[in-house]
Amino acid sequence: MEKQLALEMRGITKRFGNVVANRNVDLDLYRGEILAVLGENGCGKTTLMNMLAGIYFPDEGTIRINGKEVVIQSPKDAFAHGIGMIHQHFKLVDLFTAAENIVLGVHQEGRYNIREINAEVAKIADRYGFHLDPAKKVYNMSVSEKQTVEIIKVLYRGADILILDEPTAVLTPQEITRLFSVLRRMKEDGKSIIIITHKLNEVMEVSDRVAILRRGEHIATVNTKETDEARLTEMMVGKKVLLNIERLNPVNPVPRLEVKGLNLYSSEGVHVLKDITFSANGGEILGIAGIAGSGQRELLEAISGLQPLESGSIIFNNPKKDQPVTFYHKSLKRVKELGAQDAFHDRNMNPVSFAGMNNKAIRKWVDSGGVLFREDEVMNLRDKTPLEIRQLGVHLSFVPEDRLGMGLVGSMGITDNMMLRSYRKGPAGFLDRKKPKALAEEIIGDLEVVTPGVNTPVRRLSGGNVQKVLVGREIAYTPKVLMAAYPVRGLDINSSYTIYNLLNKQKARGVAVIFVGEDLDVLLELCDRILVMNNGAVSGIVDARTATKEEIGLLMTGTERKEEDHEQA
Amino acid sequence: MSKRDSEARVPLFHLSKRASIEPWKAWLIRVAAVALGLIVCGLVAFLLIEKLQQKPEKIGEFYYTFIKGAFGTTRKFWRFLKNLAVLLCISLALTPAFRMRFWNIGGEGQTLIGVLSAIAVDFYLGGKIPEWILLILMLIAALAAGAAWGVIPALFRAKWGTNETLFTLMMNYVATYLVAYFLVIWVPSGSSSLGKLKNGKLPVIGNENVLIIIVVLLVTAALYIYLSYTKHGYEINVVGESVRTARYVGIKVNRVIIRTMILSGALCGLAGYLIAAGSDQTVTTTSAGGQGFTGILVAWLGKFNPLFMILTAALIQLLNQGANQISQDFGVNNALPNVIVGIILFFVIGCEFFINYEVHFRGHHPEKGAVK
Repeated sequence: MEKQLALEMRGITKRFGNVVANRNVDLDLYRGEILAVLGENGCGKTTLMNMLAGIYFPDEGTIRINGKEVVIQSPKDAFAHGIGMIHQHFKLVDLFTAAENIVLGVHQEGRYNIREINAEVAKIADRYGFHLDPAKKVYNMSVSEKQTVEIIKVLYRGADILILDEPTAVLTPQEITRLFSVLRRMKEDGKSIIIITHKLNEVMEVSDRVAILRRGEHIATVNTKETDEARLTEMMVGKKVLLNIERLNPVNPVPRLEVKGLNLYSSEGVHVLKDITFSANGGEILGIAGIAGSGQRELLEAISGLQPLESGSIIFNNPKKDQPVTFYHKSLKRVKELGAQDAFHDRNMNPVSFAGMNNKAIRKWVDSGGVLFREDEVMNLRDKTPLEIRQLGVHLSFVPEDRLGMGLVGSMGITDNMMLRSYRKGPAGFLDRKKPKALAEEIIGDLEVVTPGVNTPVRRLSGGNVQKVLVGREIAYTPKVLMAAYPVRGLDINSSYTIYNLLNKQKARGVAVIFVGEDLDVLLELCDRILVMNNGAVSGIVDARTATKEEIGLLMTGTERKEEDHEQA
Repeated sequence: MSKRDSEARVPLFHLSKRASIEPWKAWLIRVAAVALGLIVCGLVAFLLIEKLQQKPEKIGEFYYTFIKGAFGTTRKFWRFLKNLAVLLCISLALTPAFRMRFWNIGGEGQTLIGVLSAIAVDFYLGGKIPEWILLILMLIAALAAGAAWGVIPALFRAKWGTNETLFTLMMNYVATYLVAYFLVIWVPSGSSSLGKLKNGKLPVIGNENVLIIIVVLLVTAALYIYLSYTKHGYEINVVGESVRTARYVGIKVNRVIIRTMILSGALCGLAGYLIAAGSDQTVTTTSAGGQGFTGILVAWLGKFNPLFMILTAALIQLLNQGANQISQDFGVNNALPNVIVGIILFFVIGCEFFINYEVHFRGHHPEKGAVK
């Protein structure tokens, strides 16, 4: 078969500040082929495509279309060169019909005649096998119909090169099948199609060739027929290395956190957590695996009190029966509260009452170890805000996925970020920066954070250093439960190992560690047990020492039947 | 394809965001911008002022007049300081809200309602109670009214997620028309405005401006400390940077917003009190004189740092008085000075763009000798 180049990208580099989104990328696209651009989240797929669509302008490199060098400065330029992009988030006017949206912004000779346009839109739809009513308003449309409008919009403008950014993320399996058959028809019609995705099965199903990006660099382009999922994965995540992550055997694990029947609906009414039940043990690392967006983030946020639950309970166990109270985790105020609830006894099993005692005397008594818990502490954290959870004396640390948008304040230095958890302490009104500064210096030293100083805005630090600051702070909070979402995402090998070691140390301290990860190799080597999530539900909990990657992979993409199995189990 | 051909279609320049910039470079850009602004002003003035066209050597005098407007005489200098203080006070009031990314465009109304409330107390109680009690009551009224004007949009936003920009802006009009309404009641028919009231005047220390200046200096220092060294100030910064981070660490975002808007409004009310009891002793619909909006500019240029804002407020005030002086000395109407102020501000604000972004010209490659 004679292949004609439709598009060549050479040496494309794009920087955002000091972040390099694409480095020296070469990419070829032939006429009448479907090219999959594959890569992990944040590897620069969308940025690269946005440069074709005229959203961004490359810092370096050249683009050729049909052999001619072109400059694409705006979406209009992109259309002029026959490039159309279907973005992940649709850009449609809700109040307009499909046809109106399609002709919006197209300059044509002659009068505007909606009937003719409707006919033409219908013709394009028929030609490729779309189902679309041109007169239907966008606000009445399903997600898949909106996508159809977007695709026809670019076809109507005469695009020969179509770029689809994660088109299947929002579709049902049936819709995906239909979309793929449409894409194949367009291919036969001579169109060139680029599909951005990180789903391997779709790559194998629909594409002719696959270009793999990793960390902004083009790794390779291979023929789909000559490869398989395992090899693609390897290229996507890098050479399969024996990780040799240290894994200690859990020392007398105790149930620390018990989550029962958790249900959560998003603000859009989507059922994002479905009847989640599991327990996390102290002295153990519980991994959570799943395709991105299966409810991992919501689960951790629900536990930390950031999501209002529909139903379920989050029980925190503190097996302290007959053990002394300390100010390590409990504030004086909380100790007094518990004292009033008759929660303590003294060494001689007599009830403890703080009535008539001043704070100093109470402190002294507690510090002497003479105040003991009457029973194990069992608390339901449901419907508690993060602040209330802390005031109960429950030390729950959470390393969120969005480090600078949630875990840290980008414009503040390390010292001020250390204070986020603890700034309420100290004298009323004023901040005490001494301890946070000492902590900042300690973390910089211990974790080898590279920074010009404790007051340099953390936004300016590299990803690995940002994460060290965040994890360092959360660990300094002496947690009983430590939750970390994708803590090594975007980190280099050394930083990753620093994080693994920190998690292991916490495990050895008896902390219940919950680790949400995306790299199955890491999960299998680091964790003790792995909970697999699929579409908001738990599809299985496996022993990380015996489970295989395939087993977890199946659970991640689990079918209805498997869910039923799980329920029966 | 020849190389020239392809180069021709590469855009002449494109922009990229700077990772960071050395402070001296940033200052060089700012100084250059002011200089450029002054040059353009001179050109515009030359084109528009006849006197200058006849005697081009007077261009030096043109620039000198700027300085003269603020520093020409002792009286002018004191007026400069007083106006600076009031403007700074309003800018300071807006700062906590802006740091929180709560776009309080209602400084004008919050200040005006402060003036109105103070004058209302003065109007009804003046002469009937001891002067010092009157002054205190006026202060309380101004602070409370300003705070109320600030907190109403905050409450609505906290409860129903309304847009604070529009809301605070609308509150300005409510304040203006409330003043108009009361003026109709207070002013005897036949007179067009409320005359200066006899009572409710701040005590004179040295001259009548000194107390105002001292109060504003104290507010500046207090606000600086509040924003940088207190827990409240810290919470404001966290909420402003990321609401999600604030929730994550258990900060009650709505409470912080409401608390801060009470402070912001009350400080505007204080500025209104200084206008009412410090200098005007009366109220008109333009008592705030647009300073509620100018204050936004001052705060923004000063990067919401109270100490830095002393400088930016001084710059704005200097320009205003200088421009007025020009209209007097060169016999031109009031519009031209505004054009001149506008030109200089255009350059001062515009230069921030070049501090944040780097311009790459065609053929220039950033990795060669550029900032790392």
